[in-house]
Amino acid sequence: MTTLTVNGAPRPLGDAKTLLDLLNALGVKAPRVAVERNGEIIPAAEIPATPVAPGDRIEIIQFVGGG
Amino acid sequence: MTKPLVIAGRAFNSRLFIGTGKFGSHDLMRQAVQASGCELVTVALRRVDLDKNPEGDPLLSKLDPERILIVPNTSGARTAEEAVRIARLARAAGGFDWVKLELTPNLHHLLPDPIETLKAAEILVKEGFTVLPYINADPVLAKRLEEAGSAAVMPLAAPIGTNLGLRTRDMIEIIVANACVPVVVDAGLGLPSHAAAAIELGADCVLVNTAIAAAADPVGMAKAFAKAVQAAEEALAAGPRAARPEADASSPLTGFLWEK
Repeated sequence: MTTLTVNGAPRPLGDAKTLLDLLNALGVKAPRVAVERNGEIIPAAEIPATPVAPGDRIEIIQFVGGG
Repeated sequence: MTKPLVIAGRAFNSRLFIGTGKFGSHDLMRQAVQASGCELVTVALRRVDLDKNPEGDPLLSKLDPERILIVPNTSGARTAEEAVRIARLARAAGGFDWVKLELTPNLHHLLPDPIETLKAAEILVKEGFTVLPYINADPVLAKRLEEAGSAAVMPLAAPIGTNLGLRTRDMIEIIVANACVPVVVDAGLGLPSHAAAAIELGADCVLVNTAIAAAADPVGMAKAFAKAVQAAEEALAAGPRAARPEADASSPLTGFLWEK
């Protein structure tokens, strides 16, 4: 099975072709998330058009309460 | 007359900022923020927990961005590089371009690293961020951060979450006396009287999180802090007479009953 690393853990790539596909497959719905692909920050507007590939390192970051 | 606080050209009607951590629920947080009249809150960035809560935290949907400025912090960062990464992520995710720089390499005392903080400030100012650095109450560092283009400085009253009050009072007085940018006393304020004392000594603003969020009634405590800050601001505007070492009778020292 082809995998990629999301938030430090291996995940199946499945049918995901883009970052948006991946977020949907993972069930991420937070109003705004920050995404990095292989260390590069992907602006929110570019998430639908950014491809994902086996072996990618993806970070999905959210806003939480903090002081 | 009291004046609005202005940071980087933006006016705030309340001199109380609130951190959104540690509240029992987002609704309690929202109620506390609303009840206090606060117009700036801080938030943190963390990984989405894809196993336990893949939908993500709905925090941002609880805050009205028309009324409240949301300022991401860089908590968790141990180096300038990590803090810069977090700030850039926040900007990419939601267009947030104000950032509270928070670099705390030691998780026991959570005191900020001055060298990494200054490095990160220099980078983020160049990238157009409005930078609010959380610092120890060091007047020299405050000045260096101001010269690097920080929009305000945020000296701590006491370590984060301790509720110890204004332990750095003397140093904050020196910071206030020399600062050309607003001074926001952040961290360690435990009671409304602590916040009032910070404003009375000339700080422009306070940021409170634990003292409100961890109170039995966070909404009540948020209101109490707001009143204390407002009272201190009004007192300053009313022109307090300086303290003096010798007594100065309030009642006449003449016409006593036993005079001959």
